[in-house]
Amino acid sequence: MKYKLLNFARQLALMLLVIWTVVSLVTLLIEIVPGDPATVILGETATQEQIEDFRTKHGLDRPAFFFSYTSENGFVWNGGNNRYADYWLGLLHGDLGTSFRTDRPIRDMIFERYPATIKLALAAMLVAISIALPLGVLAGSRKNSLVDNFASVFALLGISLPTFVIGPFLVYIFAVKLGWFSPTGSLYPEDIVLPAVTLGAALSAILTRMIRSSVIEELGEDYVRTARAKGVSERKVLYKHVLKNGLIPVVTILGLQLGVLLAGAIITERIFNWQGLGLLLLEDGIGKRDYRLVQGCVLVISVTYILANSLTDFVYRKLDPRIRLS
Amino acid sequence: MSKLAYIGFAIAGLFILAAIFAPFIATYDVTAQNLAMRYVGPTVEHWFGTDGLGRDVFSRVVFGARISLEVGITVVFVSAIFGTVIGAIAGFYGGFVDRFLSGYVFNVFLAFPGLLLAIALVAFLGAGQGKLIAALCVIGWVGYARVMRGQVLKVREYDYVLAARALGASNLRILFTHILPNAVQPLIVQASLGMAGAVLSEASLSFLGLGIPPPAPSWGTMVEEARQFFSNSPHVLFFPGMAIALTVLAFNFIGDGLREYLDPKQRSR
Repeated sequence: MKYKLLNFARQLALMLLVIWTVVSLVTLLIEIVPGDPATVILGETATQEQIEDFRTKHGLDRPAFFFSYTSENGFVWNGGNNRYADYWLGLLHGDLGTSFRTDRPIRDMIFERYPATIKLALAAMLVAISIALPLGVLAGSRKNSLVDNFASVFALLGISLPTFVIGPFLVYIFAVKLGWFSPTGSLYPEDIVLPAVTLGAALSAILTRMIRSSVIEELGEDYVRTARAKGVSERKVLYKHVLKNGLIPVVTILGLQLGVLLAGAIITERIFNWQGLGLLLLEDGIGKRDYRLVQGCVLVISVTYILANSLTDFVYRKLDPRIRLS
Repeated sequence: MSKLAYIGFAIAGLFILAAIFAPFIATYDVTAQNLAMRYVGPTVEHWFGTDGLGRDVFSRVVFGARISLEVGITVVFVSAIFGTVIGAIAGFYGGFVDRFLSGYVFNVFLAFPGLLLAIALVAFLGAGQGKLIAALCVIGWVGYARVMRGQVLKVREYDYVLAARALGASNLRILFTHILPNAVQPLIVQASLGMAGAVLSEASLSFLGLGIPPPAPSWGTMVEEARQFFSNSPHVLFFPGMAIALTVLAFNFIGDGLREYLDPKQRSR
């Protein structure tokens, strides 16, 4: 028990350390913008006064970090009055700063759009599982059969075809030619189908391969022979015994892939004009050089990813006692 | 080696040849516009048709191979060297060094999902081929470092390393002449899968307008430009899209094939 608690504390400490570093890196990203962010945002025609105002308003006139280095003055200690400390203080109050463009709180802008992205990512995951589970099990239990070969080709296609090639083709076939969905935007609830399939295609390919090799591996285990020897039907062996054990690694992949889906959603949202966090990051953030908004989006996506990973790790340990004990 | 690996080598070879001999294969200037010939379907003069500005799609796809492979090879090369050195240090020295590198530094770089860190870097640095390569290296090196660390951890326990140490070999000598050559096989697999990843990432970033700026014929940019008129002229998107898919497929085939070939335990599966 004591060991378990210690281990948990260590995992938690590492997670917090990683989050701290990620936040710090993202906070300091604005320092690598070539030139002066104020001039970049206000344009070449801005007057000196406008630039000064903007810099004061967003704290850009203050030092970036606790200390700074210039070739003339060497290292200079700036004390607590710096932008890095400001950002952290804001964060601890749930404040991600205000937009350079619209003066709206970044937090509000992000949380308006985040549900749409999460909905899309979960729908993509659902699509991936509902394709991969039956296909992977069939392919694994009938190795080298026609189904198995089909599954292999499907998996390779899914991994190699980029989202931005699959997306337009799906729109062409199912929206333009067949007219089942509206070709742009998300007018009706069923319009989530095409973006979800586009985003989930790669994941369903990865999952199919994993489930297949997992099933093949488990079928060779002793407990399967025992179950068969005592007369358990093949169907029951497969679905009750093999799947239960074979799905454990799949859970991990699902957790790890959630972050990939959140990041991959950026491309899918662009294709389907899906009003989620990715489109906010691309159009309002990067497109309009609203650096504060870019920071906020990157931060929120990364932290979600770290939390999802840690949770996966936790669930994985719970599911498989062998890992807990080792 | 598996049949698929040979197919992979054949397709990759074809694209590499296309990239090297692009000026001799391309039939038109890649930036030459001909507004009278917009969105022409595949014909004898224009094998892959023309795009929205009347540019020859075939020539652009051929020159696009140059950009893709240039970016891919540079990214794989730089991140493999960087990752190998860091991974080797972590695995070889162990203890605090390993806990700091693999427990903390690796995790920080893995904490950014997929392309997000590259997108963020390019967003702040600005677009361009050099910056794109730098951004992809920043996200790419960790994969090699993890593989290398694992290999070194395994290999350093072997008797011949002990023998070398007993003979008085220095740490550097043991690392570079004894451990590294024996840990290199999985790195080759990682490199060919990394090549597929880098080509796909370059295309994705260019598709988002964050990679190589037009009029350079990057496959990702071509797909993005063709997307608006896809329902009328699907060929403009189809050819660069297939070029990306085939290149990625080829390097995945090679990677999978090499992994099976180098790891006999996997062959039976």
